[in-house]
Amino acid sequence: MKLFSGIGSVVLTFLAATGRVAAFAGSGLSHCLRPPFYGKQILRQLIEVGFYCLPVVALTTLFSGMVLALQSYTGFARFSAESAVANVVVLSMTRELAPVLAGLMVAGRIGASMAAEIGTMRVTEQIDALSTLSTHPMKYLVVPRIIAGLTMLPILVLIGDIIGVMGGYLVGVYRLGFNAVGYIEQTWNFIETLDVVSGLVKAAVFGFIVTLMGCYHGYMSRGGAQGVGIATTNAVVSSAILILVANYVITESFFSK
Amino acid sequence: MIDKSKIVWRDVHLAFAEKQVLRGINLNVLEGESLVVIGGSGSGKSVLIKSVLGITKPDSGEVIVDSQNIVGCSSHEREAINSKIGMLFQGGALFDSISVWENVAFGLMQTGSARGTTARSRAIEVLGRVGLDKTVADLSPSELSGGMQKRVALARAIIDEPEIIFFDEPTTGLDPIMSDVINQLIISCVRDLGATAVTITHDMRSARTIADKVAMLYQGQIIWHEPVSNLDNPGNDYVDQFVHGRGEGPIQMTIRQ
Ligand SMILES: Nc1ncnc2c1ncn2[C@@H]1O[C@H](COP(=O)(O)OP(=O)(O)OP(=O)(O)O)[C@@H](O)[C@H]1O
Ligand SMILES: [Mg+2]
Repeated sequence: MKLFSGIGSVVLTFLAATGRVAAFAGSGLSHCLRPPFYGKQILRQLIEVGFYCLPVVALTTLFSGMVLALQSYTGFARFSAESAVANVVVLSMTRELAPVLAGLMVAGRIGASMAAEIGTMRVTEQIDALSTLSTHPMKYLVVPRIIAGLTMLPILVLIGDIIGVMGGYLVGVYRLGFNAVGYIEQTWNFIETLDVVSGLVKAAVFGFIVTLMGCYHGYMSRGGAQGVGIATTNAVVSSAILILVANYVITESFFSK
Repeated sequence: MIDKSKIVWRDVHLAFAEKQVLRGINLNVLEGESLVVIGGSGSGKSVLIKSVLGITKPDSGEVIVDSQNIVGCSSHEREAINSKIGMLFQGGALFDSISVWENVAFGLMQTGSARGTTARSRAIEVLGRVGLDKTVADLSPSELSGGMQKRVALARAIIDEPEIIFFDEPTTGLDPIMSDVINQLIISCVRDLGATAVTITHDMRSARTIADKVAMLYQGQIIWHEPVSNLDNPGNDYVDQFVHGRGEGPIQMTIRQ
């Protein structure tokens, strides 16, 4: 009996949390569509997400592309399929690695700082102060961040795609001795629009997840510095998990025929 | 002339989880009146004024502003009510991502009633009234002392000359001379601008200077509400003990030896 009530209360807590996040997401999105818009805040967040995350995204995708070329070359040598390196690199980068890596890096870089900033504003009553100064906190704080996540992540991922393929090219040509023109030609002929598009759709969804979780956990934080710390951790962990789950769901819906 | 009530609390109950903070508040503030609320630390004074702003929501009872009950009103009505109110938060609640003058002019710029250099010069003028010169205007709030932050927050609360102003401990942390400047400022807000003011203070000298009436909050209820002239002969042992700061009396502090 105890066991059942224990399971029941866990399920209820989970459902309640899901409901709160969904309500928060719904309210955030609906505010995205209704004026007023805070241009300066939106610009600031676009720069924060787009510009300041570029180095980490570029570095991770570069090295992933490089290691992918190396791994697939040595691995495929076992059944003499070394020539497929270019195909493997471009396919894995655009469909999987660039969006997932960018999503996770941005979660660590931006999701955490959003939760910390908004959380601090919550516990120091700055969010309450906003509402006394004719400003809706959702519109002023949450909307600019969600817009930045939705729009900048696809751009970051597109750049990551190119850098990742370039990493594969560098290793393929200078380390493994592929023909330079041949490598590029093979990449170009192999890639399909859907590969890139599915990756960009993932990127937009991940951008939404990261910014939503950062804002949500910050917004709901309670109880001083400790509460803000907990919010930051929760924002990163929950976005990482949701990114991986969403990644599977989107892949399934794009490619399962 | 019949005195008109600006704010009325009618049988307001409010609890946080298990903890009952307000247990049936009945209180009214007349238009153009200056009310001072006194009471022990943690007795619910801040919660009382936040219930008017919609930051804390009463479990039952009515909060009436300009003869409109605002408990459970729509977010649209909420905005309209809050735009009439200026609030000095106990902790200041300054926005730390923007400069001092932008903090002070925040409400003006949000409503669009002033922009750019006009807003800036208005902000500097009001900063002058709280005893801060224009060299602080471009600093960040975190570069100011606690008392200076409090005065910036005060300037932000009064800049657009609201009909109702809440001051949560305006003189705490200020030296005696600056306290008097702030007291005079509060008086001039009420006398010259015709604002209705509710001030929370632990400073009896300040209470005597600015109050028309004094209300005492004790164990979740208003136990005394009379003109300030009765403060020395309140006819109530609790108020008498509190005003004279005696350790002996009906109010027992729960301290373990
Ligand atoms: N957000 C909150 N969550 C939980 N409890 C709260 C919250 N805000 C206030 N309380 C509780 O309500 C009670 C009253 O708080 P309030 O801030 O109104 O006290 P106060 O009278 O303003 O005290 P002080 O003079 O020290 O500022 C306190 O016991 C506090 O613990
Ligand atoms: Mg207080």
